[in-house]
Amino acid sequence: MTKQPGMPAYKNDVEDDDIYRLRLFVTGATPNSTRAISNIKEFCETYLKDRYELEIIDVYQQRLIAEKEQIIALPMLVKVSPLPQRRLIGDMSDTEKVKRGLNLSAV
Amino acid sequence: MAKENRKDRKTSVHTQIPKTKTGITGLDEITGGGIPSGRPSLVCGEAGCGKTLMSLEFIVRGATEFNEPGVFMAFEEKAQELTMNVGSLGFDLDKLQKDKKLKIDYVHIDRSEIEETGEYDLDGLFIRLDYAINSIGAKRVVLDTIENLFAGLTNQAILRAELRRLFQWLKEKGVTAIITGERGEGPSLTRQGLEEYVSDCVILLDHRVINQISTRRLRIVKYRGSVHGTNEYPFMIDEDGISVLPVTSLKLEKAVSSERVSSGIPALDKMLGGHGFFKGGSILVSGTAGTGKTSIAACFANEVCNKNQKCLYFAFEESPNQIIRNMHSISMDLRKHVNNGLLQFMASRPTLHGLEQHLVAMHKLIKKFKPQAVVLDPITNLITVGSVSEVKAMLIRLIDFLQEEQITVLFTALTLNSVVTEQTDEGVSSLVDAWLLVRDIEFNGERNRGMYIMKSRGMKHSNQVREFIITDKGIDLVEVYLGPEGVLTGSAREAQKLHEQTGQVLRTNAMSMKDREVLRKKKVLEAKIASLQSEFESAEEELNKIYIEEDLVKRVTEENRQEMLKLHRGEDNMPGPKGNNNGNKKV
Repeated sequence: MTKQPGMPAYKNDVEDDDIYRLRLFVTGATPNSTRAISNIKEFCETYLKDRYELEIIDVYQQRLIAEKEQIIALPMLVKVSPLPQRRLIGDMSDTEKVKRGLNLSAV
Repeated sequence: MAKENRKDRKTSVHTQIPKTKTGITGLDEITGGGIPSGRPSLVCGEAGCGKTLMSLEFIVRGATEFNEPGVFMAFEEKAQELTMNVGSLGFDLDKLQKDKKLKIDYVHIDRSEIEETGEYDLDGLFIRLDYAINSIGAKRVVLDTIENLFAGLTNQAILRAELRRLFQWLKEKGVTAIITGERGEGPSLTRQGLEEYVSDCVILLDHRVINQISTRRLRIVKYRGSVHGTNEYPFMIDEDGISVLPVTSLKLEKAVSSERVSSGIPALDKMLGGHGFFKGGSILVSGTAGTGKTSIAACFANEVCNKNQKCLYFAFEESPNQIIRNMHSISMDLRKHVNNGLLQFMASRPTLHGLEQHLVAMHKLIKKFKPQAVVLDPITNLITVGSVSEVKAMLIRLIDFLQEEQITVLFTALTLNSVVTEQTDEGVSSLVDAWLLVRDIEFNGERNRGMYIMKSRGMKHSNQVREFIITDKGIDLVEVYLGPEGVLTGSAREAQKLHEQTGQVLRTNAMSMKDREVLRKKKVLEAKIASLQSEFESAEEELNKIYIEEDLVKRVTEENRQEMLKLHRGEDNMPGPKGNNNGNKKV
C-alpha cells in the first residue's frame, strides 16, 4: 500500500473515533481512477480536514487484494472506520452521495 | 496455451467450429462435440433447474477428465456451500482446489453496503478473473450467475457496457466459458437479456411439473455455426451428476442379428420357427389381467440367466421379492440368478419419475449393467405418468436404444377389455418385432388361457392357438382341440382327449379280435392242407404198388423163361426129379 505524499497526516490532538480511515482502490491511471483520486482528496480537504487518513491502493499492483476485499467495481472507496464499514464506488463526483456514504450528511 | 489448443482443434475438425467437450453425459452428443471452444455459452433456466450444477460439472469434468483447469466464479453461493452441495455427487472441490485444477472465487455484492458516487467500471472483476485464470492456467470459466451484479449495482448503462466488454475479454482470453442466467418473464431467455451478449451457444434448462410429476428438460436454443439437436431432451440429476438423454437415432440403420434367443418355453420356441426370438429384437406380450404375462416374462429372464447372460428386469407393479416368490411356485429359481449377479431387478412405481426420467434412468442402468436382455413389466402402468403418445414416443426411443446395443427386450402390456383389439393401449404393437397375445378363453364354465402369435417378423411362425398352461413345473403350451364344437380347452379338451382314448382302446380291442380270427382261419386251412397231403400220399402209394407188382411179375416171368430156355438146350445139368418142370413144359 502506498501512502500518497502530501497527504494530511494523522493528528495527535484528535480522538481516534473521529478519524476517518479511508482506503481508495484504483486501477492505475485510468480516467475514472484519476478523477476519483482528485475528487476524494478535494472532498476530504473540504469536509474532513485534519481528521482523515487516506490510503490509495492500485489494484493492478496487488491483484490478490481484489479477491480478499471483494472488489468488483472500481474505483472503490472503503470507509474502514468509524464503523459501520461502507463501500462507495464511482469517481466520487457526486458529493452528496459521498457525504451520505461516509455518514457526513448531518455535518 | 489456450490459443495453441484452439489451433489444434481447428486442424482436426475442418468444417466445424472448434468445440470443447463438457464431459456431461449426453450433452456432447446433442451439441455434436461440446460447447464452442474459447467462447462464452449461456445456460439459462428457472430457479432450481440445475444451472449451477451443470456449469460446475462442466468445470469439474474439465479438470478431472480433460486436464483443463477451470475457474468458477460464484455470485450466489460461497465456495464452502458449493463444495458441500456437490459433495454428494462425488465431486471433491477441496481436493481439486488444492491440486490447482480448480479455483472458486466467491463474489459478494450487497447493495446496502454500496453507494454509487459516479462513473465506475468493473475492472475489479476483470482483475480477479484474470488473476484466477492465470494462477491455475484455466481453460474453462463459469460465471454463476452474473446477473446478480444487476441486483447489487444500479447503473444499468455501465453494467451493460461492462458485460459486453467482459464477454469480449473472455473471448480474447481464449477460455471456454459458461455464463448462467435466470429465466426471465415473457419471451426473453434471461432476466437481464444476457443472450444479447452471449450469442454463440444458448442452452435452456427447464423444470416442468405435469400431473404432479416433474421432468427436467434441456434444449439448445441456438448454436451458431454448428449443427445441433433441436429437440427438448430430458435430463436427470442423480448421484453421478447430470445425464442428458440424446434420444432417438432418427435413421433406421441399426445392425441386425439373425441369432436366436430362446423364450424359455420350448413349445413357444417351436411356434416361433423352432428357435425363439431374434437377438436384439423386441417382443410384446399382451393380455388381460391374470393371463400369465409376468410368468412368461420371468420365464424368459430365467432362460437368459440360465445361458449365463445378464438380464435386467424393470418391474413397475411388483416388488422383486414378490416376483421371486411367485415364480418359485412354478419351479423357477430366480433368487439364484439374482445372487449370481446375472439378474437384476429394478422395481419402481411409475409415478416415481416422469416418463423421460424413467427413460434416462433405464438408459443409465442399462449402460451400467450391460445386460443381454431387458424385461419391462408392464409398460401399461407408464400410462399413469404420461399420455399414450408420450409413452409411445418413449418406448420408440427405448427400443431404438436397445436395438443399437443388440439387447433383446420383452414388454408386457395389459389389455383392459377382454375383446382382443388390434392395437394395444400403448400403441407399440407396430413397433415390436414379435407380438404374443395371451387371451382368456371362456368356455364350458371355466376360464383358460390361449396364446397365439400375432406377429413375428422375419420368421416362420405358427398360426395356431395354443393353450397356455401354468403348472407346478412351469409353463407349457398345449395344442388346443379344434373340433366340430369349436376350440376346446381345459377340461373340455381333457374330456375330448379321454373320449379319443376310449375310442382308441375299443379300436385296438376290435383289431385284436380280427387278428385272432385270421389266426384261427389259418389254422383250419393248415389242417385241411395236411389232410389233403396225406390223401395224396396214400393215392401215390396205391399207384406205386401197381407199378411194383407189375415189375415183380415181369421179373419172375423173365426168370422162368430163362429157366425154360436152359432146359430146352441141354438138360445135362438137370437133376433127377424133373417131374414138376416137365409137367410145366408140356403145358
